Amino acid sequence: MTKYIVRRLLGAIPVLFGLSIVLFAFIHLIPGDPATAILGQHATAQRIAEMREYLGLDDPLPVQYVDYLAGLLQGDFGRSFINNQPVLGEFLRRFPATVELTIAAMIFAVGVGIPLGRFAARYAQRWPDGAVTVLSLLGISIPVFVLGLTLQYIFAVQLKVLPASSRIDARLQLDLQTNFVLIDAWLHAGWTFDEKVDAFVDGVRHLVLPAIALGSIPLAIITRITRASVIEVANEDYVRTARAKGLTERRIDGRHIMRNAWLPVVTVIGLQVGGLLAGAVITETVFAWNGVGRWIVDAIGNRDYFVVQSTILIFALIFLMVNLIVDIAYAFLNPRIRYA
Amino acid sequence: MASGTVAVVRVAPRASRGLWGDAWRRLLRNRPALLGFVFIGVFVGTAVFAPLLAPHDPGALYPPPPDASSGATGPYPPRPEHLMGQDLQGRDEFTRVVYGARISLLVGLGSVIFGVIIGGFVGAIAGAAGGRADNVLMRVVDVLLAIPGILLAIGIVAWLDRGLPQITIAVAVTNAPIFARLLRGGLLAIRESDYVLAARSVGVPTRRLLLRHMLPNSLTPIIVAATLALATAIIDVAGLGFLGLGPPDPRTPEWGTMLTDSTKFLRAAPYLIFFPGLAIVISAVGFNLLGDGLRESLDPRLKK
Repeated sequence: MTKYIVRRLLGAIPVLFGLSIVLFAFIHLIPGDPATAILGQHATAQRIAEMREYLGLDDPLPVQYVDYLAGLLQGDFGRSFINNQPVLGEFLRRFPATVELTIAAMIFAVGVGIPLGRFAARYAQRWPDGAVTVLSLLGISIPVFVLGLTLQYIFAVQLKVLPASSRIDARLQLDLQTNFVLIDAWLHAGWTFDEKVDAFVDGVRHLVLPAIALGSIPLAIITRITRASVIEVANEDYVRTARAKGLTERRIDGRHIMRNAWLPVVTVIGLQVGGLLAGAVITETVFAWNGVGRWIVDAIGNRDYFVVQSTILIFALIFLMVNLIVDIAYAFLNPRIRYA
Repeated sequence: MASGTVAVVRVAPRASRGLWGDAWRRLLRNRPALLGFVFIGVFVGTAVFAPLLAPHDPGALYPPPPDASSGATGPYPPRPEHLMGQDLQGRDEFTRVVYGARISLLVGLGSVIFGVIIGGFVGAIAGAAGGRADNVLMRVVDVLLAIPGILLAIGIVAWLDRGLPQITIAVAVTNAPIFARLLRGGLLAIRESDYVLAARSVGVPTRRLLLRHMLPNSLTPIIVAATLALATAIIDVAGLGFLGLGPPDPRTPEWGTMLTDSTKFLRAAPYLIFFPGLAIVISAVGFNLLGDGLRESLDPRLKK
């Protein structure tokens, strides 16, 4: 197992290397002069010269790349052109907001998707199954932003039961320490227990709509996979044997079917993480959620290329790591698989 | 299983019409796929016949309804002359949704075709050549697949600047690695099969072997994936537009861009969100239904 993990980690290195080249090219091969592209057509010659100097554009390309790579290895992901802040620091400050949203979306997708898939499998080929199939078709066909705006309209504008945007009511003046709203609610100094509970509940209420919007695609996929997996396992000989020897349906379901049906479900859950990170970019824009996704969109608007480049690199890094963890979890869950 | 055997016996006397003929017959019996055809028909028909369907000019500004207070600006709610209302500038929303189908179809289809060509080319080389070329090409594919979906497209549009051709390229590059992997996998599996060995042993030249024997037999997963990719492409194109990376000319009626412009009027003018949103969903549902139907009909083993 250790050998497998090491091999997979080593295998990620060329991918990261290639990624760094692609993203390096992203800044340095901007059509036209990057410094002019960044500063705009109306920048003075002196500003452009300064920017060229700052970007090291007058060095030969390989030298520039090695400098860039050396910086990356030391955790230097460049600085924002807008406020000259290190990209990594701002990323880490904003990332918890994105993680909080992603986890909430995942809880929604898994919490609803697995029961829904099992339900559809139990009534396979009958109308409840059909209804679930239609629902999951809509789930993958409705763009996150259309669903998000629709939810906002129904629940915030019309019914007024949930807040439309942002992470917490600004009037609460919550101190963001960890930048996980649901944790910071408890850490806030000077609040009574009731005030902390109120802030926590407010944070949860703000999470509901974005989590549903972001979680809809994983929900549809998890439902489909769970349904297919349960149906497949339910037709196995050992399930028939279990039924023949008179076990209760409940026991057959828990012990014989679900334990074997888990595997593809776990894999697909892991594979959704990349999609969730990408979807967060749009969800955060819809719901004015101050995470990494919204930052990328703002950075593109401001032509803040280092921010765009570095956040994509960090997202890819996280994505690769998650995929690795999923593969390892898969090996743990399924003793039949042994990686040599 | 028993009922499956009965079905086989009943079908057996009919002469097979070959892979495509059989697949086509199965597809026509697949009701969800037919519904998909209907939705796609609506979408493509709207795009093709936009000038005939649209009552107005997509770029022109129209006067407010007579009862609007003087000096008021849009949006204005639906009324008989403007079925889906008017946007903030007073343009006819229905006309813009109709013309938006053109943009969506053009960019969506263009990006998938382009993606299949690049991906297919890379996958064919990797799968046919194997060895070092395969290794290098697949590492490139790994790099592209490491960047989550629309994020890659965002990066490319940010790099190439805004515009419909740029969006087409961005979405194509996002899709291409998937096609490359599929075709390579298919070719590698087929390479080991008996009929390829047979063809090779009777002296079929490599070129002919690849084009006539191996490629046609690895195309079915590509066709299914391309159909499903059309749904994703339409959504991704609208997503880029929604993020403000749509066509730079604000007169271009692009569904995602239309939604962005309307988010500030969610309370006052939900119709400006509803209709473009519905248009995107109908197109995406159509291609998803057809894609699932194709998957079932092209692979008879998958029959439920």
